[in-house]
Amino acid sequence: MANPRRTKEEQKVTEAPQNRRDTKKGTGGASSDDAGASAFGMRIENLSAHYGSFKAVTDVSMDIRANKVTALIGPSGCGKSTYIRCLNRMHEVIPGARAEGRVRLGDQDIYARDMDPVRIRRRIGMVFQKPNPFSKSIYENVAWGARINGYKGDMDELVEHSLKQAALWEEVKDKLKKSGYDLSGGQQQRLCIARTLAVEPEVILMDEPASALDPVSTQKIEDTMDQLKQSYTVVIVTHNMQQAARISDYTGFFYIENMGDPGRLWEFDETEKMFSNPDRKETEDYVTGRFG
Amino acid sequence: MSQSSTEVTRQKEQEPGTGGNFKTSVGARHGWDRFFTALVFAATLIGLAVLGVLLVDVGRQGVPVLSWHFFTSLGSADAENAGFLPAILGSLWLLGIVLIVAVPVGIAAAVYLEEYANDNWLNRLIEINISNLAGVPSIIYGLLGLGVFVYIFGLGRSILTGGLILSLLILPVIIIATREAVRAVPQSVREGAYALGATQWEAIRHHVLPQALPGALTGTILALSRAIGETAPLIAIGAVPYMTFLPEGLLSSFTAMPIQIYNWTGEPEEAFQNLAAAGIVVLMLVLLVSNAGAIWLRNKFQRRN
Amino acid sequence: MTVETRQGQGSGQNLWRESRARNVRERLVRVVLRACAYVSILTTFGIVFVLFGEAFTFFQDVSIVRFLTETQWTAGFATTPEDGEFGIIVLAWATIFSTIIACVVALPIGLGAAIYLSEYASAGLRRWLKPALEILAGVPTIVYGFFALTFVTPFLQGTILPGIQIYNILSASLVMGVMIIPTVASVSEDAIYAVPRGLREGAYALGATKREVATKVVVPAAISGIVASFVLGISRAVGETMIMAVAAGALAQLTVNPLESMQTMTAYIVQVTSGESPRGSLEYETIFAVGATLFVMTLLLNTIAYWFVRRFREVY
Repeated sequence: MANPRRTKEEQKVTEAPQNRRDTKKGTGGASSDDAGASAFGMRIENLSAHYGSFKAVTDVSMDIRANKVTALIGPSGCGKSTYIRCLNRMHEVIPGARAEGRVRLGDQDIYARDMDPVRIRRRIGMVFQKPNPFSKSIYENVAWGARINGYKGDMDELVEHSLKQAALWEEVKDKLKKSGYDLSGGQQQRLCIARTLAVEPEVILMDEPASALDPVSTQKIEDTMDQLKQSYTVVIVTHNMQQAARISDYTGFFYIENMGDPGRLWEFDETEKMFSNPDRKETEDYVTGRFG
Repeated sequence: MSQSSTEVTRQKEQEPGTGGNFKTSVGARHGWDRFFTALVFAATLIGLAVLGVLLVDVGRQGVPVLSWHFFTSLGSADAENAGFLPAILGSLWLLGIVLIVAVPVGIAAAVYLEEYANDNWLNRLIEINISNLAGVPSIIYGLLGLGVFVYIFGLGRSILTGGLILSLLILPVIIIATREAVRAVPQSVREGAYALGATQWEAIRHHVLPQALPGALTGTILALSRAIGETAPLIAIGAVPYMTFLPEGLLSSFTAMPIQIYNWTGEPEEAFQNLAAAGIVVLMLVLLVSNAGAIWLRNKFQRRN
Repeated sequence: MTVETRQGQGSGQNLWRESRARNVRERLVRVVLRACAYVSILTTFGIVFVLFGEAFTFFQDVSIVRFLTETQWTAGFATTPEDGEFGIIVLAWATIFSTIIACVVALPIGLGAAIYLSEYASAGLRRWLKPALEILAGVPTIVYGFFALTFVTPFLQGTILPGIQIYNILSASLVMGVMIIPTVASVSEDAIYAVPRGLREGAYALGATKREVATKVVVPAAISGIVASFVLGISRAVGETMIMAVAAGALAQLTVNPLESMQTMTAYIVQVTSGESPRGSLEYETIFAVGATLFVMTLLLNTIAYWFVRRFREVY
């Protein structure tokens, strides 16, 4: 644990096989494995999310594997975004919103009483649907999060490394002092990814990160994601089924059976199986484009 | 378009009241429309016309009085010798206190109410209370200053009392304007900061406040202008009619531009009326510049969004 | 779970400094901000305490019945409670009378301006007119007072009303009307502007003219906001001080002749406080009794306005 970045990655890789062990029983929710999720994966148990008296998501259990991309798909309004916001305690930022259940990062329950959401969010980063760079320079956009979290290393190096990881460095290296707003939409989103990477999270949550972007930008973001899973655990909400099929290792399908019900995790499995031979009919209808 | 105009002509050609079941003449209705347009246009201009007359009248009386002597002399019972300097300095002192007290407290209160406060009875009470305070006549604040600051706190009829009273007076204005500006900052800005592991205050301090600044600043400048022109509460706490010395410190007695104008206005000699007009010219120039600045700032800010 | 374990879970720990001060700062900031928000409560408490405390002392000398029923106000000449009359109606009537005159000017003109600005004015014109109205709203009342005394009164004297006195309630009230035009106009305009386009288009589609849409559809739809603007305007007129103190004179008399001097509640307070009346004297106490009356009146008006504003905010 004493070494920086590289050691962390190596460690994650060595732990990956251990995760694979319970891969097989991924279908439909929590594994009852006593061993618990690995240090850098997440395990969600019976999670429900509310907005005031309205229940948006109910009883979701799933294991999120380390160093894999997990995609969440499903029709609009079925609670995918709400769910992913529960995974780094962003949901509770909305007045009246709360979540119940257990969300483990490693062997820690992030909803435990003594857990500080501020620290959780550094370890579980998030990229939002619409690019939301700060109205600061490109450099400051990346450096800010690291600075408030007390980063002691070489800031220039961290900014450069993060921008490179987000595949943005070449485009912005000569204008780091310019405002983040001056970039195109796709560049802004990669800036937001870079800023998330700069605080060295373990998990990156992405809520439809490409939905507001053109196809070329989307392609770049997808390439970036492919790189990211080498070092991070990635969870991504997407409306785009091709995208889910292309980039993810695991896929969860959210669905609402009757209007007004809360959203549920209908099926969860390896992406290949979900798109070729899902267990449930609704999943098949959705991935083949029969509705939604 | 063409259809409606042919209808107009047809209606005009016919005898009124013979157009089938529709008895009113469209021509007459259009006449009323033109009249009404002129009426509401005049209503808009009337206030501005009065403002114009006021400025011309005051300028005509006051501008000839403006001189080096006017700006650099102390108060005097004699119109020949009377100057505006103690009043200008007094207003600057007051402005300084208001800047130090009302601006930070007002912005802090606004941030608390907008970002931190839960929706409970106490905070709702604060909210209603602030909007009520904004409507309390300024002379009432003067009585508050007289009863509490002058006598109970023992601050006397001093610059400090005046500054604190003006601060309380404009606090609701600053709070209301700043809250609106803070509310206008999109939630995504806060979320972006939170997602990096920022605390609430870090998100506010580094992202929300800088973005809300132009809006808050506009409201604050307008509030400060109001403080500069405010007269009644300062009279109530006992600003002095004319000062033959300059204010020396926070507990010094004082006068201010509007107070000096009020006192000159009350003198029967015409020379004093002219002095009052000259004082008004100075006061209005200060206010026009600061208000125009505030409005310019807001327009610039609104267009960018 | 201890802090140490959590740090152990983190990545690249030696480069990240966990700061305990951060949590302390967070809590401290919150406390300070909250304290600032409570200043407003303290202000109200102070106002109520001062006004009603001193007024209470006054009412021990002069009964509240006398205060409400006597028809003269001679507090300035009274050294003991017995040899003066303290009928608040005299000052209150002057306040109400001046408010009525001001409203006759300000309400229709303010509403007209609001209609023009939101329904008729082009975007370019609006961009000039609205700031101009704001400048009008920013003119200090002492300036209006000076204008009423040194321009409006002589002007009326020289043209249509030769019998008008130097100090009179009419000039002061007319100018006060001009002063509150921006208040009425801007709150009304907000309400009118908030009326959905669909409503206007529906009326146009039935063959209504622009005036008919404005007066028969838009104004009724925005009525609670317009009423709020009226009530706010009235409240400002009731509390207006300097115009009255400068131009309406200091004669506390009960009359309906607008050409004569009358003393409003606010002007009375100014008159007493600008003179020397020692704390504890009868005259000193009267201003708090008058102030309390004024406070209650404006509070009532503001509450009504607040209620109407909320109503129109809820509708759209």
